[in-house]
This record gives sequence, C-alpha cells and structure tokens, in this order.
Amino acid sequence: MAITPNPYKTTGALGWIDDRFPLTKMWKDHLSEYYAPKNFNFWYFFGSLALLVLVNQLLTGIFLTMHYKPGAETAFDSVEYIMRDVPWGNVIRYMHSTGASAFFVVVFLHMFRGLLYGSYQKPRELIWVFGALIFLVLMAEAFCGYVLPWGNMSYWGAAVIINLFGTIPFIGPDLVVWIQGDFVPSDATLNRLFSIHVIALPFVLVGLVVAHILALHEVGSNNPDGIEIKKNKDPATGIPKDGIPFHPYYTVKDLVGVAGFLIIFCAVIFFMPDGGGYFLEAPNFTPASQTNTPEHITPAWYFGTYYAMLRATPSFAGTQIWGVIVMGAAVVILFFVPWLDKSKVKSIRYKGVLSKTALGIFAVNFVVLNYYGLQPPSALVQLVSQIGTVIYFAFFLLMPWYSAAETTKPVPDRVTE
Amino acid sequence: MNLLMNQTLTRLARAAVVAAGALVANVAGANAGVELLPFTADSGNTASVQRGARNFMAYCSGCHSLKYLRYNRMAEDLNIPDDVLKKNLMFTSDKAGDPIKVAMPAASEQWFGRVPPDLSLETRARGANWVYTYLLSFYLDESRPLGVNNTVLVGASMPHVLWELQGWQKKAEHKAEGEHGGEHHGGSAFEKVTEGSLKPAEYEAFVGDLVNFLDYASEPGKQARISLGLKVMLYLFGLLVLTYLLKKEFWRDVH
Repeated sequence: MAITPNPYKTTGALGWIDDRFPLTKMWKDHLSEYYAPKNFNFWYFFGSLALLVLVNQLLTGIFLTMHYKPGAETAFDSVEYIMRDVPWGNVIRYMHSTGASAFFVVVFLHMFRGLLYGSYQKPRELIWVFGALIFLVLMAEAFCGYVLPWGNMSYWGAAVIINLFGTIPFIGPDLVVWIQGDFVPSDATLNRLFSIHVIALPFVLVGLVVAHILALHEVGSNNPDGIEIKKNKDPATGIPKDGIPFHPYYTVKDLVGVAGFLIIFCAVIFFMPDGGGYFLEAPNFTPASQTNTPEHITPAWYFGTYYAMLRATPSFAGTQIWGVIVMGAAVVILFFVPWLDKSKVKSIRYKGVLSKTALGIFAVNFVVLNYYGLQPPSALVQLVSQIGTVIYFAFFLLMPWYSAAETTKPVPDRVTE
Repeated sequence: MNLLMNQTLTRLARAAVVAAGALVANVAGANAGVELLPFTADSGNTASVQRGARNFMAYCSGCHSLKYLRYNRMAEDLNIPDDVLKKNLMFTSDKAGDPIKVAMPAASEQWFGRVPPDLSLETRARGANWVYTYLLSFYLDESRPLGVNNTVLVGASMPHVLWELQGWQKKAEHKAEGEHGGEHHGGSAFEKVTEGSLKPAEYEAFVGDLVNFLDYASEPGKQARISLGLKVMLYLFGLLVLTYLLKKEFWRDVH
C-alpha cells in the first residue's frame, strides 16, 4: 500500500503541511482517533506519568548541563555552585534528582500494571519487550547520573558497580580498566559516564519510548478486563464499542493524574529533597575520596531489590560471578514474561487463585527485597535476601505451570464498569 | 576494588554463620556507637542563625572554611547590614562577594595532624544532631596529643576550642566502657571537672545556634525553597480540582 499524501483532504495552511507531512494523520492516528478502552483505572496513569518524568529529566538535565562541569576536580564544586549561585539552580537540581527516583517509582508501578492485567500477552509481546529494554537502559542511565556529582557515595558506588565486571573470568580485570579508563574510578571514568549519561543513553531511551508507543498504538491498548475491544466494533463506524478517543478523554483524565502526581513530586522537591537520605544520600555531601570509604556502601534505593540478589548469592568455585549472573538474570527474565504466561486469560480479574497468590507474593517480596538490599549486611539480611531471590525467580519460572494449571473465570464480551 | 568486593563477601559469609538475633544491633559506625542527642536544626530561626554566624566567625572560622558560602549571600539571607558584616564578621577578606575562607596557613596540617575540614556541607554529610552532639562531647583524655578526645569522633584531632565556654569535662567513672556499645544520655556520660563561663543550658543553646547556622550554610536556599513550595502546593491543589472538574465534564457522555 502506497502512502497517500493528505488522506483527510485538509485545506489551507494545514492542507499545505498535510500535503508534505502527515500532521493530521499522526494527530488522528495517535490521539483523536486512537481508540482506547473506556475502562482504564488508576493503574493506567503511570504510562503517561513516565513520559512526564522523562520530559522532566531531559529538560532539567539540559539546564544542569549548562553549569555542571564534569571532571574529578570540578564536578562536586560545580554541583554546589548550581545549588547556591545559579538562580533556580537548587530547584532544577532537586527536580532532576527527585525525578530519577520518581522515574523508578512510576516505572515499577507501570510494570506491575502490565503483570496485573496481562498487558504483555499476544499481540503485545513487543510492547513489553521494548518496555523491558527501557527499564534496562533506565537503570544504566540512573547509574551514570548517580556518579556525576562525584560525592563519596558516587565514587564508591561507581567502584562497586564497575567492579562487577571484574568477576568475569579471564577478561574481567582488564575489562574493568577499559571501562574505567584508569586503574581506579577517576577523572576519565567520570567524563565517559557523563558522555553516556547526557548523550548516548538519552538517545536510546527516547528511541525506545517511541518504539514502545508505536507498538502500543499498532495493536491498541489492553485494559483491566483483558478484553480485545477491537473484536467488538460498531458495524457502521468501525469504531470499537468499548473504545473512546484518547484525545480528549484520556488527555483530560491523565491531566488529573499529572496534578495528583505533581503534588507528591513537588512535596518531595520542596520539603524533603533528600528523601529521608534515600534520594540524596548523606555521604554524597562529602567529595569523592579514594582513601575514605563510606562505612556502608549502598546503591541508590531503586537498585535495592537487585542488589539484595547480588549479595544473597554466595561465591562458589573461587569466583563471585554467580551473584552478578543472578542479578543480571533477574532483569533478563523480564523479557520472557510474554512467553512464560500460558494463561487463557489476560487479566488477573479472570485468572485463578494460583496466579493471584503468585503475583501478590511477588509484589510483597519485591518490596521486602528492596528494603533488605539497602540494609547493612547481617545474617538476617542474608537469609531474607536468599529466600526473596528464590521467590523472585520462582514467580517467573513456575509461571508456565501455575498459569496453565489453574481454572480461570469466563471473560465477558464487553468491558465491565 | 576486588579486594573490597572480597571483603564485603567475606563479611557476608562470616555473618551468615552467626545467629541472626545477635547481629540485629550492628548499627555502630559514624558516631562510634554513641547515641546522638536529639537535635533538629532550624535554619528558619533567623535570630538563632545570626548568633550562630557571629559565634562561627569568632570561634570556628580561624580554622574551618565555608568555601561554598559567600559573605554577601550570608548577609542577604540573614538580614545582616553591610557595616555589621564588614566590621564584625569578615575576617579573611574585604570583598563581600568572596567565599568564607580560613586565615590559617596551609601548614596547619602539621599542627593538628590534618587540615581542618571545610564545614559548608557538614550538617548534610553527618547530620545536624551529629554536629550538635560532637560539640558537647569533648572530654579530657591524657592519652591524646592535645589532652582531649571526643566520644562521637574517637581520636578527633580538633582541640576543644569552646572549653572556656563549656568548661572541662571527663568521662563519667560509673560507665563501664563499651558495655553496650553506646551510653550517652543527655551528657550524663560526663562529669564536670571545671566550670565554663556559660551554664550547661546556655552552652547547649550556644551550640544549637552554631548548628542552626551550619545547617543554613549547608543549604542557603532552604528557607526560600520551603516558602516557594507552599505556594506551589496551593497552586497544585487548585490545579487538581480544576483538572478533575474538566475530566468530569468531558466524561459525561461516556457510559
């Protein structure tokens, strides 16, 4: 099928553009004539909120970059310069640092929504895969950004994470030097992480987000009932009976979500930007020091779950690579979810008791692991983390069994209120 | 760094064999196991922060810089008139736009064993209650080069600069050392040896002013950010109501 310029036959200035660029077509395809199920609930706010936070990070990041000076000798001072001497610098910096945490909160909830309503099931596998890639890139992006203030936690956090590569047999130690550009995290390391943080990964991230949304709009949105609204169209118009145009219905609804989100987001920015020591950590107000190790090195809070798994895995056969493998596998396994779920139904509403229990345990376990991943090591932390790691993987690896074995409820033809 | 990983993992392995219960209380650390005194800094108390600024310049600024804070920024935020600033608070520079540096030569490292740290971010790095407790916890200790030690930062190289105000104290005898890791309740861990020029309550207030000032210095924009935040909240709650009404209006025809 060839592309027909200006299929909607617009005229005037808009027509002039539409003859040359699919402006009206894009508007209609993605907003005013993109039909979304009318029964979206609370969980469906987090997609648009993730986009909002992404834009927040990009814009505040641009302004931070104007005054931030990458370099082991300059980075820490320049951050304080932004905080004190640049007009509005403190607010922009807090928007960015709080935005990083908000990004993960929103993305975790967005992913949980996907698990809840089977939004990854056929034909939405690629949406989920793009989403998992976004999560992966987001973690890399957050790590790079975390290092940039070059505080002491930045430094030692970078040291620990980069040295995970050192566990790879044979090439590990050389690989670490290659990544760092030095024998220890240093000026060279900071500068390359800056480059990756402000250029490489944002590019990839935005590209993946576009792919994520294009894939979504190609097949249409899932909904809390897990019903394909396209199966029930009005014969006269061809519009799904349970669909409503994304614009204006969901644009105005998402605005409510935005306002609600901003209340929480701005409360953190203006009243507790340190986030109780979790969003900005106390040791990071001390400049990076090779000789002064923080007594308790923790990753940023949003890595807690995966860090718990890293610590929970014992070293074996003279190498600690197993922890790194387990941590990596915990992220990689997400990509396979669409093919692990063998259920006949999508939504948790119609799944059986096994799936409901499994997802409930998984969610609680994720939070528990996150908490214990940030605690100082102890026998209790070790034990809980190990049990939690097993539960995490069991949720995914047993999914083909429990999702197929259980009795599901009949799915109605039309979405429920 | 591999060493660090090794150490971490060895420590983990060792921890795994010890019973869980015995290890719950392993939170010792930056405060040398001493329980910190409860103190919440209030950089919004301008009178207190002003006194703290005066006291900092008089007692601390000889050795400790506030390199991220400029004199005129401080004067502006704390409502300090120019002449007062120049006459009473500026000892290291005659330019009001300069940051607060120390007068002491770099050779100070040989005097104290280390260069006295810059205190611009001290309360954010260690916590205001740490600084507060630290300044109340100097005690006589013959084993130290300067004859004084600190329970919060054991082996501190800083002399007890404020001894004239607080007087000297020594560790209370009845405390069996290290019995519970930390035993420090409202200064009861100490016994007075000589009285200072300030009564204990006055000295605590003096230290409180100082910490409030340091809290201000750690983030001069804090009060402005909080008052802006209140306006932002007001706006956002209005926005929430408006967007909700807008949504309701648009959704009336969705059944």
